[in-house]
Amino acid sequence: MRLYGSGLTLSYDQRVVATELDVTIPDGSFTVIIGPNACGKSTTLRALARMLKPRAGAVHLDGSVITSLPSKEVARRLGLLPQTSIVPDGITVADLVGRGRYPHQRLMRQWSKQDEVAVASAMEATGVTDLAERCVDELSGGQRQRVWLAMALAQETSILLLDEPTTFLDIAHQIEVLDLCADLHEQGRTLVAVLHDLNQACRYATHLIVMREGRIVAEGDPVEIVTAELVREVFDLRCEIIQDPQSGTPMIIPESRRRSRTPA
Amino acid sequence: MTVLRLGLWSLRLSPRGVATAAGMIVVGVAVSLVALSTGEFTVPIPDIVASVFGQGTPAAELIVGRLRAPRVVTGLLVGAAFGLSGAILQSLTRNPLGSPDFLGFTAGASTGGIIAVVTGGTAWQIAGGSLLGCVASAVLVYALAFRNGVQSYRLILVGIGVGAVLVSVDWYLLTRANIHDAASAGTWITGSLSGRGWEHAVPVACALVALLPVCALVSRPLRMMEMGDEAAKAAGIGVEKVRATAIIVGVLLCGVATAAAGPVIFVALAAPQLARRLSRSPGVTMASSALMGAVLLVTADLAAQRVFAPVQLPVGIMTAALGGTYLVFMLRKERR
Repeated sequence: MRLYGSGLTLSYDQRVVATELDVTIPDGSFTVIIGPNACGKSTTLRALARMLKPRAGAVHLDGSVITSLPSKEVARRLGLLPQTSIVPDGITVADLVGRGRYPHQRLMRQWSKQDEVAVASAMEATGVTDLAERCVDELSGGQRQRVWLAMALAQETSILLLDEPTTFLDIAHQIEVLDLCADLHEQGRTLVAVLHDLNQACRYATHLIVMREGRIVAEGDPVEIVTAELVREVFDLRCEIIQDPQSGTPMIIPESRRRSRTPA
Repeated sequence: MTVLRLGLWSLRLSPRGVATAAGMIVVGVAVSLVALSTGEFTVPIPDIVASVFGQGTPAAELIVGRLRAPRVVTGLLVGAAFGLSGAILQSLTRNPLGSPDFLGFTAGASTGGIIAVVTGGTAWQIAGGSLLGCVASAVLVYALAFRNGVQSYRLILVGIGVGAVLVSVDWYLLTRANIHDAASAGTWITGSLSGRGWEHAVPVACALVALLPVCALVSRPLRMMEMGDEAAKAAGIGVEKVRATAIIVGVLLCGVATAAAGPVIFVALAAPQLARRLSRSPGVTMASSALMGAVLLVTADLAAQRVFAPVQLPVGIMTAALGGTYLVFMLRKERR
């Protein structure tokens, strides 16, 4: 396995989020981490992306402890799309995507042919080529997220971590971004994403990690692991599971204490 | 964006940025020549060129070489240092108000300098006092703003608060000082280039030579950090190390500039923003901010000497009036 964490104790200041956590990302998978609020899913992703230093344990990348590798070297193998990033004033799409090339550049080698090719193909893959000369501030939320994704792609890493890539997007743009992620996965990248929507997670993940209170409760192919009992255990939600008519994956129909509107 | 390539080396430049930089150099040289040539005695430009190569008349040698040239050179260097300091700190705080003027660093330098002036310090002691004051206020502002890391709006608010306290300290010191010291402190505190000699220019030049390579090294990481710490870390940048280095360089540049010319306000605030708007670059850039700072300060100093002649104003009054007006004008134009 190229990326895994073992014996992780993760904390923000004094608040401990997880202890003794072992997490493994299968190579070539589209792994989705899911769980209720404050279960430590984003924290786990941030630890895997070396944004958060574990208090105990270590994250390993390609057989080495990730913090022992040169930071730029890691950035050429593993990319991260943070939950929120700041758009610099007046920057164009092409310039922002170009900044993804930073780990491949040096002070005296600021723009190689390879940089140009990588940026063009990242914009192509995310469908933002036509927006290249537009200012990022003028774009819609969905377009903007595609631009950030293009920047992460331009970094040309074989592993890409995404921290809640669909938050703040409307449903059409959520599907658009997730379809794009599925395409990237199909092209051979390993993807790890934190998502909120269980049905979307079941649909797109090849490997699902279900967390609660800093522990992994279940993991594996969503078709095999997602059951009504699991959802009740993890989310305290009674539900029915049916087959998604589109994808054949599990689909969660929550029960409500309100009576049904259709007359019996 | 245009790319220059030479073997494995490549530089990426925006044509508009290069044109703006060239324009600023032309304006800077022109203003400097006018400042060298005109005044109580006019020295024709060919004589100035001759005296640069040591072939000038004794009169031109004295007026240009001993009186006017050091003043112009000090102005250019101090302006560049302020512009760079402003660019670094604004980039770091991701806020156009994050300049040393608002962060309280300039105020600290003023207080340090005034303490030296009213205790009858020599020119060197005044310079040292302002440099020390600048560093001390930066440490104080950071310590007060620190709460699990430093957020830029907290830093600016604490800086404004500390600055206000320091201004009251300045006035207290001025009321306690004798009339002669108070008068010279009054001139110093607005920032002035009058009577500046090579002994003022050389330390700033040395500081710039030492700090410019560091600026070049942190400039690209700083640009990445404008997108947020996580985005920068994900690109492989050691965010904490770059931030610490940049703060130290920004504070030193501000301190050295203040030591040479007094707390000339507004150059550090306005230069990066003016340069950014002219070159239409995303975020502030260091080279153009330095050039803009230099041009702004020599132009302001020339105006301060000539506009109300024979009355000579301290340059600080001019930078505030000139820079402030231009910035408000630019912001209004941008709104529409």
